[in-house]
Parts: sequence; C-alpha cells; structure tokens
Amino acid sequence: MEDCLAKKMEITVSEAEKRTGRNAMNIQETYTAYLIETRAVESQIEGQCAPVESLWRRYSEFELLRNYLSVTYPHIVVPPLPEKRADFVWHKLSADNMDPDFVERRRIGLENFLLRVASHPVLCQDKIFYAFLMKEGGWKEMVNETGFQLKADSRLKALNATFRVKNPDKRFTELKHYSDELQSVISHLLRVRARVADRLYGVYKVHGNYGRVFSEWSAIEKEMGDGLQSAGHHMDVYAASIDDILEEEEHYADQLKEYLFYAEALRAVCRKHELMQYDLEMAAQDLTSKKQQCEELATGTVRTFSLKGMTSKLFGQETPEQREAKIKVLEEQIREGEEQLKSKNLEGRDFVKSAWADIERFKEQKNHDLKEALISYAVMQISMCKKGIQVWTNAKECFSKM
Amino acid sequence: AASAPKPLPSSGPKSLREMPHPLATSSSEEMGPALTPSPDLLLPRSIADKDLSLPNGTPVDTSSPASSSSLLNRLQLDDDLDVETRDLFVTVDDPKKHVCTMETYITYRVTTKTTRAEFDLPEYSVRRRYQDFDWLKNKLEESQPTHLIPPLPEKFVVKGVVDRFSEEFVETRRKALDKFLKRITDHPVLSFNEHFNVFLTAKDLNAYKKQGMALLSKMGESVKYVTGGYKLRSRPLEFAAIGDYLDTFSLKLGTIDRIAQRIIKEQLEYLVELREYGPVYSTWGGLEVELSEPLEGVSACIGNCCTALEELSEDMTEDFLPVLREYILYAESMKNVLKKRDQVQAEYEAKLEAVALKREDRPKVPTDVEKCQDRVECFNADLKADMERWQNNKRQDFRQLLMGMADKNIQYYEKVCVT
Repeated sequence: MEDCLAKKMEITVSEAEKRTGRNAMNIQETYTAYLIETRAVESQIEGQCAPVESLWRRYSEFELLRNYLSVTYPHIVVPPLPEKRADFVWHKLSADNMDPDFVERRRIGLENFLLRVASHPVLCQDKIFYAFLMKEGGWKEMVNETGFQLKADSRLKALNATFRVKNPDKRFTELKHYSDELQSVISHLLRVRARVADRLYGVYKVHGNYGRVFSEWSAIEKEMGDGLQSAGHHMDVYAASIDDILEEEEHYADQLKEYLFYAEALRAVCRKHELMQYDLEMAAQDLTSKKQQCEELATGTVRTFSLKGMTSKLFGQETPEQREAKIKVLEEQIREGEEQLKSKNLEGRDFVKSAWADIERFKEQKNHDLKEALISYAVMQISMCKKGIQVWTNAKECFSKM
Repeated sequence: AASAPKPLPSSGPKSLREMPHPLATSSSEEMGPALTPSPDLLLPRSIADKDLSLPNGTPVDTSSPASSSSLLNRLQLDDDLDVETRDLFVTVDDPKKHVCTMETYITYRVTTKTTRAEFDLPEYSVRRRYQDFDWLKNKLEESQPTHLIPPLPEKFVVKGVVDRFSEEFVETRRKALDKFLKRITDHPVLSFNEHFNVFLTAKDLNAYKKQGMALLSKMGESVKYVTGGYKLRSRPLEFAAIGDYLDTFSLKLGTIDRIAQRIIKEQLEYLVELREYGPVYSTWGGLEVELSEPLEGVSACIGNCCTALEELSEDMTEDFLPVLREYILYAESMKNVLKKRDQVQAEYEAKLEAVALKREDRPKVPTDVEKCQDRVECFNADLKADMERWQNNKRQDFRQLLMGMADKNIQYYEKVCVT
C-alpha cells in the first residue's frame, strides 16, 4: 500500500460539462465530459504547490479503462463504475442522465472509482491507468494497441464452463454463491429503500398543508391567532426539511450501489476461475485420450470404440510404417500436451493464490466501508429525528402561547 | 313590573368580550342605544349580595325561574372555576356489555359527587346507556333553547366497518360522553337543570322518561318558538360575525380533519414499506460474518420505528380526530342556536311593528322575547369565551400528545445500535 499511486498523487474529478460533438458514426450527440485533475503530493511537503495537471474524459472512456483492467487482471476484483443509467429512483429523483443531480452524483462516483484504482496495490501500477490520468490525446489508441480485446473471454464460453466444470474449487463456488446473494439482497434493499423514501416524502409534504390551514384559521381567531400562525410556519419548515434529508440518504444509497456492482466484479473473478478450471480439465481429458490412443496403436488392441477401430475393421489395417508415423505424431502431441497441462496447472495455482489474496483484501475493504456506511446512515437518521423533535417542540411552544 | 321594550344593541363588529352587558343599557324610551356599561354591574360580588335589581332601578323580571339564578350564575362565572369552588363532580367510566333477548348494548357507570342542596345525597352511582344521554341532550335543548348544549358523539357509526363493541370504539365513546357531562356540569345554568339532576340520580330513568312525556309545559320550562313565518330585518353585526366565524371555523376544522386523516394514511403506507425494509437487513446479516451484528442492529431499530409509528397513528386516530369532530358538531349546534336567535329577533321585530302600528301601549310578548334574546346574547358571549379557553387548552393537550408521540418515535430512533 505504501507504493500505491493514491499516496503520491491527489486525484479529483472536479467538474462536469455538457458537450456536443460528433461520434464515431458522425452523428451529432450530447454528452457530459468530466475534468480529471491530478497533482503530485510530494512537492507539497516542501511547502510548494505542484502544478495541477488536468484533462477531460467522458464516461465511455472510463468504461474502456475498466474493461481493459478487467481483462488484463482477471484475478483482481476490479472496482466498479457508477451506474450508467439512474436505477432505483424514487419518484422525485429524475431518471434523466442529463439531470444535474444525477451528473453530480456520477462525478463523485467516477472520482471514487479512480481513487479506488489508485489505492489498489496492483492496479495502480498499470501504465494504461497512468496514461488515462495524464495523457489526453492518443490514449484510446494506446489501449487498443495492447490488444486486450483478444484476451477477453467470450460470454458463451464462460457460461459453458459454469455447467461443465467437474471439480470446481469449493471456495470459489461459495464465493460465487455469496456474490449472487449479495447482489440480490442489495438490489432488494435499494428498491425498498426507494419506496420508503417515497412514502416518507409524502408524509412530510402533507404536513405542509397544516401550515396553510393554520394560517387561514388564524385569520379568524383572536387570541389563538398568533400561536396558530407561527405553528403553521413550523409545519412548513417541517415539510421542507425532507428534501435535504433525502438527498443525504441518496449518498448512502450510492455507497450500497457501489457494493452491488462490486458483487458483479467478484462474480467475474469466480467465472474466470471456472473457465480456467474448465480449460484445465479439458486439457487433461484431451491428454488422457491421446495417451490412450497411443497405447492402442502401440499394442494393437482396441479397448474402446473408436473411429479408427471401425475404419480399420472396414478398410483393413494400416501398414506398420503408417502406424509408426501416427505414434510419433501422437507422442509429440502428448509431450506438448503435458507441457501445456503443467503450465496450465501452474497458471491455475498462481491465479488461485493471487485471486484469493485480492479477495481477502476486498473482504476487509468491504467490511470496513459498509460498517462506516451503516454508521453514517444511523447518524443521518438520528439527525433527522433531532430535527423532527426541534420542529415539533417549536410548534408545541407556539400552541402553548395560544 | 316588566321593563319597557328596549332597543337591540347593535354595536357593530366589536369583540364579544368588549360587548357591554345587555342588561346594562340605560333604559330610554327611544330606540337609540346607549351602551356604556355600569361599572357596578361588572363586579360580580356586589351584585350577588344585593337585591337582584338593575342599577337603573328596574327590578329584574323574575317571571321565569331560570333567569334570576342565571343572572347570579352568569356573574359568578367571571371567576375561573377552581376546584375548590366547584360543588359538583361527574365521571363516566366502566363500560359494560349487556346481552338481552331483544338486543345487545353497552352501559356506562355515571358517578356523581356533590355538595349541592338540589341533590338529596352527596354521592350517586347509576348506569346509563347512549340512549339515555341522547334523551338528556334533547331535554336540555327543549328546556334551555337559548343555551349551547354540548355535542354528543355520533349516534351511528358512519363507516360501517367499525365494530360497535370494539374496545377502541367503546373507549372513544366513553371519553366523549364523559366530556359531555363535564361540560354540562361546568355550565352555570345547565348544571341546575332538573332533567340533568334526574339523569344523574334516578335509579330507573325509563319511568321518569315516560312521566315527562305526559307533562304540560311549565312556564319557562319550554318556551316554544314559532319557526318560520318571520323574516329577519337586520341581524346585528356581532351575530353575523359569529355566524361567519362558525362557518369558517367548521370549514377549517374540516380541512384539518382531512389533512390529519391523510397524514395517518400516508404514515400507514410508510409503515408498510418500513415493515419490508427491516427484514432485508436481517437477510443480509445472515449472509455476512463481520457485518451481521450491525446489520441485525439496523433491522431491529427499523422494527422499533415501525412500532412507534403505529402507536403514533393510533393515538392520533383515537384522541386527536374525535375532538376535531366534536368541535365541528359543537359549531353546528351553535349555529342552530344562532338561527333560533334570529327567529326570536324576527318575531320580536314583527310584533314591535304590530305594536307600533296599533299604537298600543301594553307591553306584550315582545318583552319576554326580548328577555330571552338578551339571555341568548349573554350566554352566547360567555360560552364563546369559554369555548376559546377550552379550545386553547384542548389544542395544547393535543399537540402535547402528538408531540409526545413524535418524541417517542424519535427516542426509538435514537436507540439505533450500530457499533
């Protein structure tokens, strides 16, 4: 952690701007660009302020960066990006991507993403990441030149592997199960929370009607008039307070959302493992069958049904020379296969080791972050209640003066 | 001897407190009002000890038994009613269900403690059912038509879904009946009404009820007013103002009632969502290891919030809403009294005209009418003042209640236990 980039450099996503431009298909479109500012930390210690470097990036470039990182480091739980579209909204929040509140929350999310990558012991050292922060022009080309897209595993292959793996690592299976459950529980939570927020909003706002009625009523009263009027004012304050309260809660929701998406990243690591395992099993199976074939040819016995056996029965046996040639080829293949299997095994073991290390790191991070999030949520609730107490106490005082 | 017909004080839109005591207007033969109240009359004690006569020498008309004591009591009412000066206490409690062959109904125990001479015993305890209260109210309206009779809780349950014998309903009704009797008790005239006395004391009310139906009306017992046929010339401004006030008042209360109901409804819907919200944290807690404790904690707290919110809604429904409705009913009955007053005035005016036309000098029915009207004005003023005070205190009580509930809600929140 001492070497990670975050310690050496201040990174912020400080602004967001609406832009129009022409996209790849030469069609006019509107998008939002985000300003990334970086500043080296060391010189600040000497009392000087290092110059701030900055460049603009849009969301799709962030996506490209993340895809690159996911493919290049499949054993790492790569931090997620903030949501592309607004989900889990309660009715007052806009679902529009151009809405200033949404853009603002996305800006914070993007900054958070960069900070997470920069604090990761492995990811922060990646050159492409560094270039993302520093090199405005030509970055996209640089990424594409790495050819990472070729390394990406096809979805279909991954799905296949899930079903066919014979000896999955138990820990990964459990982890995958956990990440599925986590995803489901957090999305449920976010959905219900949105509904709760909606309802709470309703309760508060209706109290505003009291304000109006009290005001009207106070007009016809004599002694009670003043008290009613001021109480009505407090009701208005109460009704208005819900807007700030719910905005704060959105922040909590965003923290939960990050881990919702993190669950997806976790699952990706498990999938990668499954794929590797499947590959390994296929390779081993292949080797076994080749060895068997070799043996059969050498000894001339046919143990199992094979096309060779069939054809030799039908068309007659081959010449010893032909057989020799075949055996040589097979032996070569077997040697290659054994090499491959060895390296695959090694790869697999390395993967498991490094993946598991990162998973442990992730678990700690998750527990720490979520605990903090829950605490701040509780603090929010308490402050909301204190405000409620305040308003009603004021109202009570007004009433007592009636 | 009855005093000459006096003009109606139409003093313009003054506060009712400032309105001079009608009996204080100096007697003049013309119709022009002179409205300076005699300072003597406003001192309660002095009058109570003297002959009951007006400062201008005209003896008070004692033809109706109610008016003399009414004058006395009216003046005594200026003192705040302390517990020490009260001599009559009534309570309604202990509801019981009775199952008979014909019907099932609830009775309430009515307990009376008193030192008044009008009562034979210092203590009474009788059982009454809603019908009996209704009878009492009707009798009071008949016998004291110029007074504001407190409202009774509604006879029929409109919603239809509420169970007549459910605990909440019975309790709400009991409280309202208790309040009804207490208001009568506090009233200087109504509390001396003989029907009220019988209601509080008779072992067998039904027998008395039957008896009462056969009686002829005694003088002063039931003054019949002719409804209709008389058109009102001009309503004195203060009564018009009261009428307007009551209209707006009922309107506003109605609105508040609707708002409160809406809030309760929204709160209940909020509650529904909260009830789903809490358990999700529990589920999540089951998934986690280190986080399971805090997550369970959050879940539990949300559960507590649900309970507190439920209590809040219940209390609002049981205590706050019924009182709003009660006051709306009160406003209704007050408006009826105003209408009667209008009728009385109309009759008086018509008769006055008739007298003027015939040039007769005999004081006639109008005197009585006028007297009644004076009383109306008196008591109206009093009761309105009372109502303000009551309203004041009631509202305080409610708000305190509501706030107390909000407080409880909040205290539960504060128990959020996250490490």
